[in-house]
Parts: sequence; structure tokens; C-alpha cells
Amino acid sequence: MSAKIRLDRQRLLALLREMIRIRRFEAKCVELYQAQKIRGFLHLYDGEEAVSVGVMAVLRPEDWVVATYREHGQALARGIPMRALMAEMLGKLEGCCRGRGGSMHIFDARTRFLGGNAIVGGGLPLAVGTALADKMQGRAALTCCFFGEGAVDEGEFHESLNLAELWKLPVLFVCENNLYSMGTPLEIAEAETDIAKKAGCYRMPSEAVDGMDVVAVEAAAARAAERIRSGEGPCFLECRTYRFRAHSMFDAQLYRSKEEVEAWRARDPIDRLARWMHDNGLLHTGEREAIEAEIDREIEDAVRFAEAGSLEPVEELERFVLMDEIPQERLVAGAAP
Amino acid sequence: MSAPTTTYRECCKQAIRAALLADPRVFLMGEDVGRYGGCYAVSKGLLDEFGPERIRDTPLSESAFVGAGIGAAIAGMRPIVEIMTVNFSLLALDQILNNAATIPHMSGGQFAIPLVIRMATGGGRQLAAQHSHSLEGWYAHIPGLKILAPATLEDARYMLAPALLDPNPVLIFEHIMLYNLEGVLDPAVTSVDIEHAAIRRPGRDVTLVTYGGSLPETLAAAETLAREGIEAEVIDLRVLRPLDEATILESVRRTRRCVIVDEGWRSGSLSAEIGMRIAEQAFYELDAPLRRVCSAEVPMPYAGHLERAALPNRERIAAAVRTLLRPGS
Repeated sequence: MSAKIRLDRQRLLALLREMIRIRRFEAKCVELYQAQKIRGFLHLYDGEEAVSVGVMAVLRPEDWVVATYREHGQALARGIPMRALMAEMLGKLEGCCRGRGGSMHIFDARTRFLGGNAIVGGGLPLAVGTALADKMQGRAALTCCFFGEGAVDEGEFHESLNLAELWKLPVLFVCENNLYSMGTPLEIAEAETDIAKKAGCYRMPSEAVDGMDVVAVEAAAARAAERIRSGEGPCFLECRTYRFRAHSMFDAQLYRSKEEVEAWRARDPIDRLARWMHDNGLLHTGEREAIEAEIDREIEDAVRFAEAGSLEPVEELERFVLMDEIPQERLVAGAAP
Repeated sequence: MSAPTTTYRECCKQAIRAALLADPRVFLMGEDVGRYGGCYAVSKGLLDEFGPERIRDTPLSESAFVGAGIGAAIAGMRPIVEIMTVNFSLLALDQILNNAATIPHMSGGQFAIPLVIRMATGGGRQLAAQHSHSLEGWYAHIPGLKILAPATLEDARYMLAPALLDPNPVLIFEHIMLYNLEGVLDPAVTSVDIEHAAIRRPGRDVTLVTYGGSLPETLAAAETLAREGIEAEVIDLRVLRPLDEATILESVRRTRRCVIVDEGWRSGSLSAEIGMRIAEQAFYELDAPLRRVCSAEVPMPYAGHLERAALPNRERIAAAVRTLLRPGS
């Protein structure tokens, strides 16, 4: 564990709590999916929570976040209210995108959360753009761009890394390497499987970190963010992680062994942090259960809120195809009132 | 003293220059827009005046720099992204369709994308099959985009300003055969709208609907027909999406005949869309079948005679009109 960040009990409890919150939120989503209240694709983050929680801990309200279709963890950790998120999952008007986006397309202008991007690699150019705008306008913000290792296959990955470094843009690229793009293992998709090394080809400082260790992720993200905020250009963080569950709800997982999944489950980022805290006298008996109970109350409240929500009137179907204003200019954090 | 002549190219440049002067959030980015001066020399000289931050040369990364334009527009800038030619824009089609056209609606109206993308389109310079197509009709298929096709000096000069003020992604298609178009910029015009089609030539006998690079050929065909006693009305669409149906239908209801001239391929084209809208809304007011003059359904060939045979021209347009007014001729 790094010494660069504060490791006091409250800080660690907050990290633990947020990871548990994401895990349990998604467990509820599975239930709701099985009850056919959530439909479409549902991609779970189960196992990868340390990545979003660790990285998000170093971001500021004025920073942009660009994520993928597996973004419930990022959305919660960024501070999008669970009610708005759950209502979105249920396709309700009270959802953060009025039910138009669903699980894969969470957007929230107030927290500068720019998707929810379900074209693999498609978010990276957007991140280059928000960072370019911040730099051109002299704002001291960074853009944090999450993507999976599958995005490395895409041309946009290479184009975007090159552009960000070429123009010294404030982008924190965070690769969530969970080893499989859907069912295709990294080693049969990439000639060079060392992803952090690829960023180095664009002369970008890059680091690979244990993505199952939230403190290590936060420490690495803090180092990268510090450098980016000093104006030295982008940084790259490869978080080596694993998704414990299927790619989506339609995945029979024929491409990996149960033993492999079990071996990774033994490295569960939540259990690992809880055990370490317990061993060091930082998590007392019954505390984890108390956190879980509190989170379950928040989840129950969010579900009630979502289920009681309304449906957007069909008359509104074509609204926002063409815009008549630029709403983010009044919605985003730090915007003029 | 008569007003000085100018060119369509110069009008495009002056439009960009005026936009850069008017709004510090505006910048131009694209391949070779700076040091080279633009593939079609539109941005020549702007680098010296505005510097490399605002006249921003990009690597050959269409998807990344178009996506960066989208991101920058979201985060407060007003980018003008130049794509060298429409065929190259396909490398950025994911960004244009899945992000620019989609995010406002998909986000429940939280984000608008005030972005302008300019690109060259069309054939006629023997640039062969990977630099000569007219794909603006494809883009006009996409909800969430506005599609402009300036065909006159005034539109080349003045369409950019309202496009930049628009909260939506606006694509401007500049036909390569128009860049050298010369004339006098009408001093009475200081702004244009980006909503309406324009009647470029009034006429009573037939409506010719066209846009972009086909406008000069269509007007020439109308002059030929006038000498034969056929008065053709020529509509310049100007805006390919959303279509100004009212102007088209009003004209067709008067002339009761219509020929659509579209440099795109015929199948599934913008001309098909316009024809169908007329059929849906003015069928009983027609005195003759609808006709189209489109490009031949081939990849654009290099050889000059084959390219000419593939593109709409004044002779084919006039001939199509004659079949409506003089059956059997």
C-alpha cells in the first residue's frame, strides 16, 4: 500500500463503503433484471469496484468523467444519486437521462459525467475534446476516461492517446483490464498484451497497478492526477482487474474456467480491504454489517423511488433530437449560476 | 465603381475568419488546415492571423479529431472541424452518428453539441472513387444533425455564422466544383438563414429541386429549356436536413411537375426521400410522374469521359424535363 495518500480509518472506511455500495446496488439490479423490471443489456462491475472507487477519489467536481457501458460503479462513485440511477435502469422519467439511456448510457451534467458510452473506444475522443476545451479555456480541470482493454484493439485508442500527448492535454486514461473483451481473451486479440507499455509508445507516462487493491489504485491515480494538473500532459493507468460475473446477462461464460474465476474471487477487492483493515484494527466487529445494512436501506429507497416513478409521455419521444439550448452550460458543476 | 469579384473559396475563408474574430471560443481543426492552408486552400493565411491554437493542424485521425470536436463543443468551445473530403468522413462516422447525433437525446437533453463540421464533397475533378462521392444524403438520414449545402457565394459566406450559433451539430458540405465559382457577393445580403430552401429561378412549368454542386448545372438546364419555351423553377434546397418541405410542395403544386437533381446515387437517396414526400403530400396535384437525375450507380471512375457520364449534367437534366412536358420527345 502506498504512503502517498492518507490512510486514516475514516478514509479507508469511505473507500470500503463505496465499493460495498456498488456491489450491493448491482446485486439488486440483477434481482430487478430477473424480475424483468430492468431490460436490455446489463453489464455488471462485480469485482472491478476498486478501480472506479480508487480513481474517483482523486477527482474534483470540475473534472470530466467519460466511462463505458459498464459504468454503474463510476456513476455511483462520481456521486450521481442512486435514486436517479435506479430510475434510469427502470426506464423512468425520473432517471438521470429520463429513461432514454438505460444501464449503458448514464449521463449526468451536474457531475460532468459524459456517458455511458457503448461503442468500445468511442469515449476516448470525447475525453480528448473535453480536455482540449479545458486547456484552451485555461481551466484547471482534467478529464478522466475509463475504458476496457478491448478498447485497445480500436483505432480510436491509438488516435486519442497520440492526440492527447501531442497536445499535452489533461487526460487521465484509465484502462480497466479485466482480461476479456466479452469472451475474447486479451492474448488472442493483442500481439502485445502489456497495455501500459502501449501508452509508453505515445511517450505518455504510464503505470500498471493492481486493480483489486483500492488503495493502490487511488495512490497511482493520485500520482497521475498530480502530474496532469501540473500541466505536463496526459497519464495512463492500467488497472489489472477481473469481472466475477458474466459479460452481460446473456453470457454462458464458456470461455473461462470456474477455477480461474474462483482464483480471482479470492482477491475480491472488498474482502481484501476489509480483511486488511480488520487485521490492523481499523474495522471493528459488526462494522461491515452495519455499513451493508445502511446501504441496503439506501438501495431500498432508490428502488421504491424508481418503481414509483413515472413514464415519460410518448408525446415527448422526439424532444431533444434537436436542441434549442445548450443545457450543460447551466447544469455542470462550476457553471455560472 | 462595381463591387469586386470574389470566389466561393474566398467566401468560405472569410466566413471562418469572421467567426474566429467574433467569438474566442471558435477554432478550426483538421488535416492540413494550418501550415498547408487547407486541402482546397480554404484556410490559407488563417494560421498567420490566428496562430496554431486556433488553426489547429491534426494528425490523420478523423475519428479522434471529430470526437475531440464533439467533446470540446460539450465543454464550452465552438469548434469548426474540417474533414478533407466526405469519403474520409466515414472514418469518423461512428463519432458523428453514435455521439454527435445521439448524445443530446440519449442523455435526456442534458448535453447539446454546438459543433460545425465542414467537408468537401462531390465529383468532377477526376479524383476517382475515393475522393469524389456525394454522401451528404447519408448524413441527411440521421436525426439529430443539421445538414447544409451552400451553393452560392452568399451561402458560402454567411451560412457558417448561424451554424455556429445553432446548439446542434451542423455539417456543411462544400462541393469541390464550387470552390472556383466567381462572382460578386451581393452587398445587400449580410446574413442568411439555415432553415429554408431558396427559389433560385422562378418558373411556371416544372420544378427542379437540387442543391450544392448541381445547382449551376440545373440553372444552365433551365436556361436551355427557357429557349425552348419551358419555364423551369429551380429550388436550391440549401438545407438537406431538416428538409424545407413547404417550399418544395408549394412550388410543385404550382408547376405540377418535378424533377429532382441529386449528385448522390439514386437508390435510397435524398432524391428518393424528396420524391416520396411529394408523392405523399401532393400526388393528386401532379400532372406528370416524378423524375430524378442522379449519379450513375458506380464508384466514381477516374477517366474524364466516364466521370462526366456518371454525373448529372445540364443535358441530362433538360432531357428529363422534356420527357415530362413533351411526352414522346
